[in-house]
Amino acid sequence: MWEFLVSAVINGLMSGAIYVLVALGLTLIYGVLHIINFAHGSLLMLGMYAAFFAWSMLGISPYVTLPFACLGGFVLGYLLYRGVIGRFSAGKDENILLITLGLAIIIENLSLFFFASDTRTISMPGGDDIIIIGWLMISVPKLISFVAALVLCAGLSLYISRSDLGKAIRAVAKERQGARVVGINVERIYAISYGLGIACLGAAACLLMTSFYVSPAVGHAFVLVAFTTVVLGGMGSFVGALVGGLIIGVAESVSGAFLGEQLGQIAIPLIFVLILLFRPTGLFRGSQ
Amino acid sequence: MNTEVTPARRGILVLALIAAVMGYPFVFTSNYAIELGMLVLLGAFLGQAWNVAGGFAGQFSFGHAAFFGTGAYCSAILVSTYGVNPWLAFALAAVSGAVVGGIVGALSFRFGLRGSYFALITLAFAEILRVLADSVPITRGGLGILISADPGWKNLQFESSTGVYYFAAVLCAISLLIAYWLKTSRFGARLAAIRENEAAASALGVNVFWQKVHCLVLSGAMSAVGGAFYVQKYLFIDPYLAYNINRSVEMLLISMIGGAGTIFGPFVGALAIGLIGEGTRALSTAPGLSLVVYGLILILIIGFLPQGLIGLTSKLRRKGASNAS
Repeated sequence: MWEFLVSAVINGLMSGAIYVLVALGLTLIYGVLHIINFAHGSLLMLGMYAAFFAWSMLGISPYVTLPFACLGGFVLGYLLYRGVIGRFSAGKDENILLITLGLAIIIENLSLFFFASDTRTISMPGGDDIIIIGWLMISVPKLISFVAALVLCAGLSLYISRSDLGKAIRAVAKERQGARVVGINVERIYAISYGLGIACLGAAACLLMTSFYVSPAVGHAFVLVAFTTVVLGGMGSFVGALVGGLIIGVAESVSGAFLGEQLGQIAIPLIFVLILLFRPTGLFRGSQ
Repeated sequence: MNTEVTPARRGILVLALIAAVMGYPFVFTSNYAIELGMLVLLGAFLGQAWNVAGGFAGQFSFGHAAFFGTGAYCSAILVSTYGVNPWLAFALAAVSGAVVGGIVGALSFRFGLRGSYFALITLAFAEILRVLADSVPITRGGLGILISADPGWKNLQFESSTGVYYFAAVLCAISLLIAYWLKTSRFGARLAAIRENEAAASALGVNVFWQKVHCLVLSGAMSAVGGAFYVQKYLFIDPYLAYNINRSVEMLLISMIGGAGTIFGPFVGALAIGLIGEGTRALSTAPGLSLVVYGLILILIIGFLPQGLIGLTSKLRRKGASNAS
């Protein structure tokens, strides 16, 4: 019984790390722009396809693709904000939600058009490695993702709290008008923050691709999870995203172990509803 | 030329619309064309159901499949498992949608969820219902529920596609009457006040919470009727068909593209989406292309035509008037 529970918790922590990575970008975008980025799942899917094709056509390991995916994500995010989201939304909350929904529909169905609905996986050497400690089995790629999530989360927090650009981002997040008065180009900071959020997603996509499949609809599986993580942790809080993601991973894994594979899926939407209803500020209040 | 919309002209337009809908199956007699017309009418009906909450009251939902699927399951379970008369089951399906709408609305609005948060929580409710439908015995899980085919008026099943078409037309007409009522009644005026400025509406004495819950009850009941119609037409339902997020998004798209908060917006939206779907299918049979176009149109509409395609007519009219003067 204990072994069962402990291994469910450990596995949950491992998959929770992926949720942390996906949620980091979402919480950054929410914290600065105060918008809900509904295109998050479909942009993640694009990153996963990039990692997939880099491996299947060029033989490049996802770990090598990762920095390029981050860079590509940043550029794509910056341009999307400048070209579409900022331009068409007129600054209204619901408009941005609907525009990012429109983007999600476009991206997802373009992928469906070009890549068909097949699910694809990569099998790289070392992809099935496991570490065995007594009765506990841990997948190596998932362990790497776990460590990467911690490193990325710490790095992003440091960057936002120390660098000049980070200071400007925090200034805009806290007080938009004030930031404009002291000479910060607010629209540019918005575009950069959106770009950074999508760059995180590039990293998440590459790490995810080592242990998960990709298909045009794969984003759906992560959209609700990412929102749950962000709301649970507190919108805009990096530490919240970290703790929230790990809690969600464990909750999903434990409920899957006890309620069965079908009914176990109820954990995430249920947590989401309960948190939104009873503690919408999350565990950690948005800190930036 | 005088282009003002007078009551007489509006009457003529409505009569022409009725004639077009009634006459369509006589002009386009192939089964494919009639099925297509039926899908446009069903889309217009479901879009109107979304419009009641999303358009008239400004409560954007990403999870209307929760109501659609519940209506579908309610009628399917009553008919196939308990042998209830399909007409009665159809009516009870509407009640089930109203109940779910009331619960979702009461919970979300009691805890003050608005805007994007309301959209997200409806999405989560639909997902919870999908997981439940996938795992509890009464819905037979992932196997889905089959209804035995026994065509006839008594069973609310139709031998010909024309019969289904006219049934959809009747539903669509009822939804238009509901929209007309919302546009002209005090209830509709209160919803519009809430949409434009909730705090001001509340200060003027509108009970915001109850009005929003009532609105979601109505919208939920209508969506559930759409679900029950779907079951009677296709005689099958499973968790994926019932609670698919694409269903919610389609209802939203139809209403937004046509013109949210207008009477004929969802009808225009469903027609536009049907035509675009056929057009892109002629270009390529690979899936996805039509939805890419819908997504593009959604973004353009939000950027340039917040009133939707319906808003295009008044925009052109104003332009014509200013050119003439």
